[in-house]
Amino acid sequence: MSFDLSLPAQLSGALGPDLFLMGGSMLLLLWSGWRPESDEHQRSVGILSMALCIFTMVLVGYYAYEGYTANVGPIAVDNFRWAADEIFLIATVGTIAMSLDYNRREGITPGESHVLLLLATFGMMILAAARDLIIVFLGIELMSIAVYVLVGLNRRRERSAEGAIKYFLLGAFSTAFLLYGIALVYGATGETNFARIAGNIGKFHLEQNPLLLVGIALLLVGFGFKVAAVPFHMWAPDVYEGAPTPITAYMAAAVKAAAFAAFFRLWLEAFPSLLTTWHQPVWWLAAVTMVVGNLVALSQRNIKRLLAYSSIAHAGYILVALVVGTKLGSSAFMFYLFAYTMATLGSFAVIVALGARGEDRMNVEEYAGLWTVRPGLAVAMAVFMLALLGFPIFGGIGFFAKWYVLQAALQAPFPQTRLAVLLVVTSLVSAGYYLYVVMVMFMKPRDNKVALPEPAGGWTRAVVWGSAAVILIFGLFPDTIVSFTRRSAPGLTTDAPSGGVSASLPRSMSAAKTEVVALRYNSLPSRH
Amino acid sequence: MTSFLESIGYNSWVLPALLLIPLVGAVVILALPLRDQTGFENPAARQLAFWFFLLEFVVSLGLWWSYDPADIGWQASIDMAWIPTWGARFTLGVDGIALMMVLLTTFIMPLAVLGSWTSIRTKVRSYYALLLILTTGMLGVFLARDLFLFYVMWEVMLVPMYFIIGIWGGERRIYASLKFFIYTMLPSLLMLVAIIYLGLHVRTATGTPDFSYDHLLGVSNIPQRTALWLFAAFFLAFAVKVPMFPFHTWLPDAHVEAPTAGSVILAGIMLKMGTFGFLRFALPLFPGAAMNPTIRMIILVLAVIGIIYGALVAMVQPDFKKLVAYSSVSHLGFVMLGIFALTLQSVQGALLIMINHGISTGALFLLVGMIYERRHSRLIDAYGGIARVVPMFAAVLTFVSLSSIGLPGTNGFVGEFLVLIGSFKTYPALAVISATGVIFAAAYLLWAIQRILFNPLDKPENTHLPDLNKRELALLVPLLAVIIWLGVYPAPVLRRMEGSSQQLINRVEAHSELARLSQATR
Repeated sequence: MSFDLSLPAQLSGALGPDLFLMGGSMLLLLWSGWRPESDEHQRSVGILSMALCIFTMVLVGYYAYEGYTANVGPIAVDNFRWAADEIFLIATVGTIAMSLDYNRREGITPGESHVLLLLATFGMMILAAARDLIIVFLGIELMSIAVYVLVGLNRRRERSAEGAIKYFLLGAFSTAFLLYGIALVYGATGETNFARIAGNIGKFHLEQNPLLLVGIALLLVGFGFKVAAVPFHMWAPDVYEGAPTPITAYMAAAVKAAAFAAFFRLWLEAFPSLLTTWHQPVWWLAAVTMVVGNLVALSQRNIKRLLAYSSIAHAGYILVALVVGTKLGSSAFMFYLFAYTMATLGSFAVIVALGARGEDRMNVEEYAGLWTVRPGLAVAMAVFMLALLGFPIFGGIGFFAKWYVLQAALQAPFPQTRLAVLLVVTSLVSAGYYLYVVMVMFMKPRDNKVALPEPAGGWTRAVVWGSAAVILIFGLFPDTIVSFTRRSAPGLTTDAPSGGVSASLPRSMSAAKTEVVALRYNSLPSRH
Repeated sequence: MTSFLESIGYNSWVLPALLLIPLVGAVVILALPLRDQTGFENPAARQLAFWFFLLEFVVSLGLWWSYDPADIGWQASIDMAWIPTWGARFTLGVDGIALMMVLLTTFIMPLAVLGSWTSIRTKVRSYYALLLILTTGMLGVFLARDLFLFYVMWEVMLVPMYFIIGIWGGERRIYASLKFFIYTMLPSLLMLVAIIYLGLHVRTATGTPDFSYDHLLGVSNIPQRTALWLFAAFFLAFAVKVPMFPFHTWLPDAHVEAPTAGSVILAGIMLKMGTFGFLRFALPLFPGAAMNPTIRMIILVLAVIGIIYGALVAMVQPDFKKLVAYSSVSHLGFVMLGIFALTLQSVQGALLIMINHGISTGALFLLVGMIYERRHSRLIDAYGGIARVVPMFAAVLTFVSLSSIGLPGTNGFVGEFLVLIGSFKTYPALAVISATGVIFAAAYLLWAIQRILFNPLDKPENTHLPDLNKRELALLVPLLAVIIWLGVYPAPVLRRMEGSSQQLINRVEAHSELARLSQATR
């Protein structure tokens, strides 16, 4: 079935899963305000929220299974959106599960915290669907405002408040960049819809239009902030450290994924013909992000900051997929997001399980000899670290994610060999800090002065083992996920050569013209 | 025997079974209760591990008979789809070279377990489980016929060894294990890029990459410059593993700090991965690059430097374990010389040294471990004259040292002799220089055993060392038997490797012949 997005009823149908989540979270908001704050009530809201997410996942799966399509409009109905939605929802379920235990330990009682997560997720789903700059803005704001509040959730802690303020100010700052960029792009092309922007650029030969180029640059900065790419990453470590640990997991996994999804779609659908223009800046963004993220992470001793820098480094790896820009690149992008989300969720769940009240015990050294007292958690953490490192079998799916990005980079119409080598070398650097965590847990003797960690809550353990199982099982048989991500490219319907793009490539690139140039938007608007 | 093996369909299941048995063993051992009734760590772990390794050895032994030396293709091969969208397949097979490496691995492993019988006292279950997983990885490297699978197995070996060194190792274990990991991983990752490049190069019409070794062999249209870079990536990965001079610095640390079984496996099997990689991948896939006279000369000179340098450094080591570790650098230099001299004798000799070194050096590390357990020192100066206290130990150590030196009648002699004869044909000067390495080997080992076994017994701590017990004898006797067997009658082993070696040489030479012809016509 194909939705006609110009009809409100059909538009709502195309937004079905999103609206379902939205409506459900409104009901849950009422339910959470129904009773006085208490830990039991917080838990009941949380469990209902997880149930809502799981229903939404099923609904998204149904939409994907039916293979709905739509005409050009403000939102997309394609597998890219469904795949991204599933990743957000998995991350949300994991976050809420961790929060149940975390909130009990920290004495955080408002049940609304879970509903805020749902609202942020709704924003993300909108972002993944957005095919219009206004919708992108709407999604970003929905998501960000909810997350600003979540970062400051633990209002009794100074760090949490500090992180919230920092995140809010820098978030607002980056939103301003985005908005300005949107305005300039609209000014230059007269359109906010991705496809029509691309169409107008071609029609009126705006490739060198300064207004448009400045707009794109501002958009790049705005998204750079949201995905924490170097040099726009400064906020990330402080905010990640200050936020309650489950929220940190949520930001590192879902928020980043959502920003990337919109980033990816916008770039590949609206500006494919400007590839030569944005290719170089994004190339450098990826390179610098990989190098700086990994090098700075080496010197971190606080586990949350360490993972913050690691997530910056991973933003760099994901940007490589964007640089590649082909259908294969977007498939690799989606696969990478999935693997990264699972490993991030799992590792933060271990941190939650090992933490003590008041966000204590965040120094990696305090995990010394963990293996002797909590062997299960230590092994799981080792799996997550190896997955983030991209190690085969023991790191499961993490290796295949890196493999896929590398493959996409080398199989691109103009192979990104240097970027691939840089990715490989920086991955090696990352071994320095991931193995440091493993080494401390397994090889250092236990310090008897450090109190034994309390037994982890059941929900947190479920997240740990669930993500470890996913990582390891799909780490042996990744084919189902690969073939699913294969079908999820934004607006890229073909790998066939197309004259338009390769003609505009510089000489070295157009040498590969006979190969594959996939950046074609072949559903340009029929009416204008 | 052959007909019995055929009747049970041996060839159709043996290779997957070899990979599966250790994994099952690891799971079973991890499922054991942590402690027995008396509250000690469960002794059943080591017994189970031993039985699993013995089963593995018995199962693999059938390959000795089922392998047909006349057939130079893959044998006992299986081929299954694994990740169709990426073109990665689960393809296994043995040829003459892999056959011997597999048998060496399965032979060493039970002995390594016996060697760590009493020295591993903490976290016993995890230790043996890791050894078992490691075995799957090592066998996978030897058996893989798909470059994707090969890479995965290559990396899989790394993690168990990292933990074995890092948890059960000596004082500087953390440093040594990290160094081992990083050193091995960097070139492996570059090799990964090269493998992806190759896989994409031969991709099918639909764009699915193809990593099949057999298909890659047929590829000849890789540009020469690119082939050089690809060869460099493979070369680095294997050269670090071998280790060739100057990439050897991880080796002394890792070998010395690892527990006994770890050192035995590292020296006996894992170093062979590097030379095996040259034979299986680097040479046949890039004959043009490898046989480029300049590159070939550089590699050969590095090999010869390794022989001499390793021997000289071994000579001045105060630590016996470190001495054995450096002797590996020297021996593996011979292997590299034999491989790149590329005559039938030299390649056969190199293969034989790979086996011999696994046996002899493995035995030396086991002996070092035994004496360390008694005296808690590895320093040569801590001993002296202990031949009178531990006569059996002294006899075995002397015998094994002689085989490592290459005394005629022991295995060491045959291999080095073949390499020297073979390489003399193509590179006489280098062969002559390398021959001095044999003399140095005699010098450092004989000098060391003189100081350990025969000087005056002047330290009171040494007067009450117990001699070898039954378990230790039981694990040394098979090693001694193989040393003599290979020294006296290596023909069955050579016959099984001959077809594959000859095929390798033909393949490489055919290519350089072609290159020469095309240059001449141009």
